[in-house]
Amino acid sequence: MSTATADLHDAPAEPGVNYLNASYGIRSWLLTFDHKRIGLLYLASITVMFLVGGIAAVLMRIHLVEPQGALFEPETYNKMFSTHGIIMVFFFLVPSIPATLGNFLIPLMIGARDVAFPKLNLMSWYIFITGAALALFATLSGGVDTGWTFYPPYSSHYSATNVTIVALGVFIAGFSSILTGLNFIVTIHKMRAPGMTWFRLPLFIWAMYATSLIFVLGTPVIAITLFLLGLERTLHVGIFDPAVGGDPLLFQHLFWFYSHPAVYIMILPGMGVVSELITAFSRKKIFGYSFVAFSSLSIAVISFIVWGHHMFVTGQSIYAGLVFSVLSFLVAIPSAVKVFNWTATLYRGSISYEAPMLYALGFIGLFTIGGLTGLFLASLATDVHLNGTYFIVAHFHYIMVGGAVMAYLGGIHYWWPKISGRMYPDLWARISAAIIFLGFNLTFFPQFMLGYLGMPRRYAVYPAEFQVLNVLSSAGASILGIGYVIPLIYLTWSMRYGPVAGPNPWKATGLEWTIPSPPPTENFAEIPVVTEDAYNYPVAEAHKYPDAPGVARV
Amino acid sequence: MLRGWPVSEMAAHSAHPPGFAHQFETVEQQREAGTLGMWVFLVTEILFFGGMFTSYIIYRSLHLQSFIQGSHELIVRFGATNTAVLIFSSLTMALAIRSAQTGKSKGQIIFWLILTMILGATFIGIKLRFEWYRDYVEGLIPGVSWLDGGTHTPGVKMFMCFYFFMTGLHALHMVVGLGILTVLVIMTARNKFSSQYYSPLEISGLYWHFVDIVWIFLFPLLYLIGGRYPGS
Repeated sequence: MSTATADLHDAPAEPGVNYLNASYGIRSWLLTFDHKRIGLLYLASITVMFLVGGIAAVLMRIHLVEPQGALFEPETYNKMFSTHGIIMVFFFLVPSIPATLGNFLIPLMIGARDVAFPKLNLMSWYIFITGAALALFATLSGGVDTGWTFYPPYSSHYSATNVTIVALGVFIAGFSSILTGLNFIVTIHKMRAPGMTWFRLPLFIWAMYATSLIFVLGTPVIAITLFLLGLERTLHVGIFDPAVGGDPLLFQHLFWFYSHPAVYIMILPGMGVVSELITAFSRKKIFGYSFVAFSSLSIAVISFIVWGHHMFVTGQSIYAGLVFSVLSFLVAIPSAVKVFNWTATLYRGSISYEAPMLYALGFIGLFTIGGLTGLFLASLATDVHLNGTYFIVAHFHYIMVGGAVMAYLGGIHYWWPKISGRMYPDLWARISAAIIFLGFNLTFFPQFMLGYLGMPRRYAVYPAEFQVLNVLSSAGASILGIGYVIPLIYLTWSMRYGPVAGPNPWKATGLEWTIPSPPPTENFAEIPVVTEDAYNYPVAEAHKYPDAPGVARV
Repeated sequence: MLRGWPVSEMAAHSAHPPGFAHQFETVEQQREAGTLGMWVFLVTEILFFGGMFTSYIIYRSLHLQSFIQGSHELIVRFGATNTAVLIFSSLTMALAIRSAQTGKSKGQIIFWLILTMILGATFIGIKLRFEWYRDYVEGLIPGVSWLDGGTHTPGVKMFMCFYFFMTGLHALHMVVGLGILTVLVIMTARNKFSSQYYSPLEISGLYWHFVDIVWIFLFPLLYLIGGRYPGS
């Protein structure tokens, strides 16, 4: 809990008892059942993991400034990108928005006093911490060199590194995801306040519901897969060893059955956050509520039938490849529905450019680039050319960093007044949002070009003609790194010194803005009764633009 | 294991019934949440076992002869006995819930729970003593005690791998179930349950039946199908 919780006790932002000053001391945090405090425990822990994964990324980019590699032996470089991938995917991106903002906001948004199973919620944090500690231990005590995908035989016969410990850490952390997803599903089904019907829910809740479905349905499969891998390594029984009748491709099928949906675990919550931000800062009802809501569910469903597009060149049948290609194109439909509906919501809204909105607009642009380049990879012929190159790296970073991390930061900024009771310095927040946007594009756009020119990923060295683009990418990474450090500083600063925010600094709709900031431990003095749709922004403002789409007409 | 189990201190301070947790508005809401939570958990379990069943079926089709040969190393009469034991234990579990539901004495609930535990322990005992121990002696446990040669071909080794993974994972669930049953016996003895409040029993029952159903799939997949009974 390095950043978020240390100074929160001092000087309550508003008079009265809230969840931060209701009790003091380390025990009151480590034994809390309060969903808001558990959200902050996650926030602090994944911030640490983000820093670890980020340091690995920075070292990689420094190494790649020179064609022959500036820092490491190739073996060490392998460990760097493996650490970066494993930590960032399993210990930052997967829990990022669900475990922090989801935990904090779901009960507030649906009008409940807590999640359905508070003890289970705390338990899932401890499980996560156990898994994360194992992964960190494995990293520091020698590392792992398989890449985040753990493909056998790299991970079974040909690796003398800490594969078993890392796999065990990921296995354990998976149960934290499962329990979080279970808790959210039950909470959203059973804990909604009177009048909070499914179609009055904020779209963030729909996104969290879709994400939870993937948690519950996908994570057990990666768990059993890593279990089999662990047995293969410890007992040498040959499940994935062709020499004794095993099939390494089976591992890839099982792995991607989880890990492709896991991509949507990372992006769906971000889409939910963006739906909240776009409406709040254009002061309009979302355009096509039910389309946006159902597009989340359909992304979750389709995500389970596209995993083969990771295996076009691994020797799966060409007919399977055709089917997976077509199915992968389908994902573009609900994704595009969201982008179009956000854009239509902006149309003739009264838009203001506070920091969270900058992140949301950045998300829409970067996610669109990431999504469209995904279509290149879903087509069989272009994938054969682009597979295993930096084009892939650039594509999924546009989704995971340009998409998921931008939305995460936008959400953290938007709800920070609710979480801490304080405002952050708006100018600094806007500056850092701009730095992150610029740094991100400078880092990853050159990688599209590198990949198209044929530079393979996961190599410690590269031909000299790729140096200019690599230096640009590394320069962008250093700018991006600075962009991430600035919010860490001013958000920490604002916990003690920021101006008091008040219950609803953005004049936003939603139940979470009707209660004090920070909220009291029991959230609502009286359970609210909901009588209106989500995003019911004042009609008076909308009347200035009577023909704008999505404007409520009365 | 699941939230929704009694928090007795809280009940003392309010008019709420025993076991009522603060985050809920009504007892009914709490009961529904607990049940839905267990169903979602069981869905997770299905996917968990599902990954293993899928792998088993794929390898079975790749190495059919070896898997048939491996299946012949198992002794059907023990598997069949255990199947009967487990089905009977599901009945006693259901009767325990029924006793609570209809307001029978706590002695009767405890009787059915303990009988369920005895049957569960019998299952594990048979598995350990007459099956796994014998496999150990005969060198049929890959990675632990394995004798090459004879009928112990690499394909049979693969079959035995899956046999131990699948039955081992199932037995682990049985042990967890026995732990849950122990907690239920203690809770019953402390008068936590009544005909108004028995959802921990009901939810644990769902889990117990699920573990039984997994065995109902394991038994034919591992012991019965594939050439043991020619002509069938």
